[in-house]
Amino acid sequence: MTTRSDSATRDTRPTLIVVGNGMVGHHLIEQLVERGQHHHYRITVFGEERHLAYDRVHLSDYFTGQDADSLALSTADYYHEHGIELRLDEAITAIDRDSRQVRTPQGTHAYDRLVLATGSTPFVPPIAGNDRDGCLVYRTLDDLDAIRHAASTATTGVVVGGGLLGLEAANALRGLDLDTAVVEFAPRLMPMQVDDQGGELLREKIEGLGVQVLTERATREIVPGEASRLRMVFQDDKVLETDLIVFSAGIRPRDELARECGLEIGERGGVVIDDHCVTSDAAILAVGEVALYHNSIFGLVAPGYQMAKAAADTLSGGELTFTGADMSTKLKLMGVDVGAIGDAHGNRHPSAKQYRYFDQLQQIYRKLVVSADGKRLLGAMLVGDNGPYDTLMQYYANGLDLPVDPAALILPSNEAAPALGPDALPQEATICSCHNVTKGAISAAVDAGCEDLSAVKDATKASTGCGGCAALLKSVFDHELSARGMDVDTSLCEHFAHTRQQLFDIVRVEGIKTFSELMSRHGTPRPDGSPGLGCDICKPAVASILASCFNEPITDAAHIPLQDTNDTFMANMQKNGTFSVVPRIAGGEITPDKLIVLGQVGKTYGLYTKITGGQRIDLFGARLEDLPAIWSELIAAGFETGHAYGKSLRTVKSCVGSTWCRYGVQDSVGMALRLEHRYKGLRSPHKLKFAVSGCTRECAEAQSKDIGVIATEHGWNLYVCGNGGMRPRHAELFATDLDDQTLIQTIDRLLMFYVRTADRLQRTSVWREQLEGGLDYLKAVILDDSLGLGAELERQMQQVIDSYQCEWAGALSDPDKLKRFRSYVNDHRADPDIIVTQERGQLRPA
Amino acid sequence: MTLSCPNASLSPSAHGAHWTVLCQRSDLVAYSGVAAWCDSSDGAHQVALFYLPGQPTELFAIDHHDPVAQANVIARGLLGDHQGEPMVASPLYKQHYRLADGQCLEDPGIQLRTWSVAFDQDRVMIAT
Ligand code: SRM
Ligand SMILES: Cc1cc2nc3c(=O)[nH]c(=O)nc-3n(C[C@H](O)[C@H](O)[C@H](O)COP(=O)(O)OP(=O)(O)OC[C@H]3O[C@@H](n4cnc5c(N)ncnc54)[C@H](O)[C@@H]3O)c2cc1C
Ligand code: SF4
Ligand code: FES
Repeated sequence: MTTRSDSATRDTRPTLIVVGNGMVGHHLIEQLVERGQHHHYRITVFGEERHLAYDRVHLSDYFTGQDADSLALSTADYYHEHGIELRLDEAITAIDRDSRQVRTPQGTHAYDRLVLATGSTPFVPPIAGNDRDGCLVYRTLDDLDAIRHAASTATTGVVVGGGLLGLEAANALRGLDLDTAVVEFAPRLMPMQVDDQGGELLREKIEGLGVQVLTERATREIVPGEASRLRMVFQDDKVLETDLIVFSAGIRPRDELARECGLEIGERGGVVIDDHCVTSDAAILAVGEVALYHNSIFGLVAPGYQMAKAAADTLSGGELTFTGADMSTKLKLMGVDVGAIGDAHGNRHPSAKQYRYFDQLQQIYRKLVVSADGKRLLGAMLVGDNGPYDTLMQYYANGLDLPVDPAALILPSNEAAPALGPDALPQEATICSCHNVTKGAISAAVDAGCEDLSAVKDATKASTGCGGCAALLKSVFDHELSARGMDVDTSLCEHFAHTRQQLFDIVRVEGIKTFSELMSRHGTPRPDGSPGLGCDICKPAVASILASCFNEPITDAAHIPLQDTNDTFMANMQKNGTFSVVPRIAGGEITPDKLIVLGQVGKTYGLYTKITGGQRIDLFGARLEDLPAIWSELIAAGFETGHAYGKSLRTVKSCVGSTWCRYGVQDSVGMALRLEHRYKGLRSPHKLKFAVSGCTRECAEAQSKDIGVIATEHGWNLYVCGNGGMRPRHAELFATDLDDQTLIQTIDRLLMFYVRTADRLQRTSVWREQLEGGLDYLKAVILDDSLGLGAELERQMQQVIDSYQCEWAGALSDPDKLKRFRSYVNDHRADPDIIVTQERGQLRPA
Repeated sequence: MTLSCPNASLSPSAHGAHWTVLCQRSDLVAYSGVAAWCDSSDGAHQVALFYLPGQPTELFAIDHHDPVAQANVIARGLLGDHQGEPMVASPLYKQHYRLADGQCLEDPGIQLRTWSVAFDQDRVMIAT
C-alpha cells in the first residue's frame, strides 16, 4: 500500500478530500475503509477543531466527569494505519470548483472528489449586544471549556432557546451550580417535539428542578448589568440580569463554503443533495447537518450516519441511496423523559385520530396519533415517562397492526399494556436506528457464532451509538438464544452459574452454612480445577443469603471475608476513607439524654453531624481506629447499630400520631417502634424502608416505602413495594383494616417471600414488577396462602428475629474482632491523608 | 507455601533488596486485607497485605492508596478472583486490581505498586 509521504510523485490515485472531522465526517471514513476505498482514493481529512472526531451527542458528559479522550470516536493511529491523512486544526477557507482546489491558511490542495461534512453551528439571534463577554454557545469541547471558565466566576446563567439542545445546556449550567433560567421565544418548551399540554407538563417538571422558565420572551438587546455582568432587555421592556448567556436557538448549517463557490443552497440554508448525497456539482458530496435533503436538515446523528453510508457507497460506485430519515427521538432531559415518534403533532395527517392520557399527579402525558381506521400508528408523544416508547416505535416503524384497543398502549396499568415481545417483531424491524441494525441482522450474528451480547455489538455495531436501544437489543438477543435452544445466561457471576434464588434454595435445602462449602460444592472451579475465591458480586450475595437463613454474626471469622467493606466495619466508608456512624433511632423517637450523648460523641471525635432523610442522626468522618471507642460510648448510652451499612432494614419512619396529633387515629409511633424492633437485623436482597402514618394525611410518606402502614379507624391499611430513590414507585394497597397481629403476620410472610425469591440488589419495587402474576399473585400467596408456604415463612422470620443481636455490641466484647479496627497493624500512626477543613461550624473533608 | 528468606533484617538479599520484618502472621486476616506502614529508604509507604492461606501464593503486598478515589483504602476491599487470578475490589469506586502485579482490570493505564513479601516462620517480611 502506498502512503501519502512517498506518493507525492508516483501516486496516481484520485484524491478525495473530506471537509470536517465531526461525527458524520468520521463515520464516512469508517464506511469508506469498510469498503476498501482507502486503497482506491488518496484521502485527506481537514478538521477545523483541534480534537479528532468526538461524540457530540454525549458532549454534556464532559461536564460530569468524562474527559475529551473518552469522548473520542477514534484514534490518530486508525487514520495512520489506513493511510489517511488527518489535518486537524486546519480549516478549509475556500473552494475553487473550476480548478478543483481547496484553500486553507496553510496552502492549497487539489481534489477529484470533495465531501462537505461541516455540520452546523448554533444559531445566535441577531440581538444587539449578543457578542458581549459572557455570551456563549454550546456545540464543541472548546465551547464547554469557555462555559466552564465563565461559570467559575458566575452565579447565574441564562440559556436562550428552550429546545432539545437549550435544555441540555440549561442542565449543564445547573450542574455548574449556577442559578439557571431558560428563555424561549415560543409559547412552550420544546415546541418541535411536544404540544401545549406536553409543554406545560415539561415546564412544571423543569421548574420543579429549580430552573426558571420564561416563554414567549423575545430579547431586544443585551447591555451591561447592574447586579450581574449582563442585562437582557425583552421586547416588553422587562429585564433579566445574569452573569452569562448561552445561545441555543436552533442550528444553522455551515454552508458558507458552498455558498461562496456557488453550489445550490436551500432557501433557509443547507447544501442541497440528492439521493446519492451529491450536490449540484457532481464532484462534490455533502453529508450530515450541513446537507439539505428534500428541504429538510436532519439535526440528529442517525440520519447523518445513513447519509455517510450512502455517500461512501456513491464514492465506491455503488447504488445505495439515502431516502430521508425518521426523526423520532427519545430523550432524557434533566431527568425528564420526552419522546416523539413520527407525526407526533398529528398535523401531517388531517384525518388522523388521537388518544391522550394525562396524569397531572404523576406528571405523565401520552398521546397517540392513529390512522382514521384505528389500525396504524402514525405518531406518538410522551412526556414524563418513556416506558412505552420502544413498543410504540416498533408499531410505528414496522407498520404493525395496532391492538383492538390502542388506548391500552398508553394506559398506566402495566398488566393491560400488551408489551410487544421480541418474537412479535418481523425480521426487518429496526432494533438500532443509529446503525440501522434489524432484528434479522441480530439473528444472523447469532447464527454466525456470536454467543454474548458484546460479540453481537462488535459484529453489528448495534447499541454503540446513542445507546437508546440497549434494552431492546438485550431482549431480542435473549429471545434469539432461547429460540435456538441456547441458554440465556442468568449466572450470578463467573463463580456461580445460578441465580440468587437458586442459591437460596440450595443453601436452605442442603443446610450449607459457609461460603467455602457452597463454592466447593456448587461453584465454577478455576482453570486449574481448584475452587474459586469468589468476587465482589457473589460474596456479598451469599453473605446475605446465609444471614437470612441462619443469622450468624457477620463478624464471625468464616463470614468476615464475604462482607462488603461497609458490613466488615459496620459503618459506611466515605469518600476520604473515613466512616459514618448511624445508631438506630427507632421510629425517629429519641430522648433528650440520648441527643446529648450524640452531641458529646460528635464533639469528642470531631464528627460532622447531620439529620438524615430517614429520621435519624448520622455522624460522619470517624477514623477506623476510633469506631470501637465511639460505639462503646453509644452502646453504654443505650444505642444499638442502625444497620445503615447493611442490605437490611433501615428505618421505620413515623409521624407523631394519635398521642399528640389532633387528627391521629392510631398510635403510629408505637407501631413504628414495634415494627422497627421486630425486623431490625433482617438481611435481605436490598435495603428495606418502612413508614407508619397515624392517619390518612400520611405525614410519614408510607406510600413511598417498601412497607407502608397507614392508620384507619378500624386498624391499619398495608401498602407494599413502594420506592423513593432513583425510580420512585408508589406502594400498592395490599390489605385493609388489619389488626395489629394480622398486620405483623402479613409483613412476616411478605418479607420472607421477598428474601427467598428476589434477585441480588433488587428492591421490593422491582421484584414486584417482575413477579409473574403481579399483585394478584402476591396477594394469593401471602393473604390466601395459595402455595401453603405461610407457616414456613412465618417460622423462618421468627428464627431470624429470635437470633438478633447488635453486631456492634458483639464486636466490642471480642478482642479478636476488635483487632480488625486498627488502621495499620504495625503502627499507631494516623492516616496522614485524611485532611479536614471547617465549614458552617463543622468539619468536612478538605 | 512458606518461603524462607534471609533472617537478619536489613541484610541485602541475592537480588539486592532489603528484607525487613513488617508484622506478624497473627496480624493478618485470612482471605481478607490489612494495612501496614512500611518505612524504607525511598520513604514511608502504606501497604495493603492480603493473606490467602492454602492458595499457591499465600501472601500479597500492594499499594494501600487508591489512585482513583485518592484515599488509603485498598486493604479494606473485597478479595476475589477473576479467571483464577486473585484480585481486590476497591471499596469506593469498585475498580479491580490484580494482586500479583497491581494491574487495574478496568483501566490498562493504572497499575498499583507491589512488593515482594514472604513469611519467615510467623514473621511477615517485605523486600524494599
Ligand atoms: C445519610 C442519607 C442522606 C441524608 O443525609 O439524609 C443517605 C445516604 C446514603 N444513601 Fe440514601 N441516604 C439517606 C436516605 C435515603 C432516602 C430517604 C429515605 O430513606 O426516606 C432515599 C429514598 C428512599 C428509598 O430508598 O426508597 C435514599 C435512596 C438511596 C438510594 C437509591 C435506592 C433506590 O432504590 O433507588 C441509594 C443507592 C442504593 O441503595 O443502591 C442510596 C445510597 C446511599 C449511600 C449508602 C451511598 C453510598 O453508597 O455511600 C449513602 C451513604 C450514607 C452514609 O455514608 O452514612 N440511597 N436514601 C440518608 C440516610 C437515612 C438513614 O437514616 O438511614
Ligand atoms: C449538546 C448536543 C447534544 C446532542 N444530542 C443529540 C442526541 O441526543 N441525539 C442525536 O441524534 N443528536 C444529537 N446532537 C446532534 C449531533 O451531535 C449532530 O447531529 C452530529 O454531530 C452531526 O454531525 P456532523 O458531522 O454533521 O457535524 P459535527 O459533528 O458538528 O461536525 C462538523 C465538523 O466540521 C468542522 N468544520 C466546519 N467547517 C469546517 C471547515 N471549513 N473546515 C474544516 N472543518 C470544518 C467543525 O468544526 C466540526 O468539527 C447533539 C448535539 C449537541 C451539540
Ligand atoms: S399523619 Fe395524621 S396523625 Fe400523623 S401527624 Fe399527620 S395528621 Fe397527624
Ligand atoms: S439506536 Fe442509537 S445506538 Fe442503537
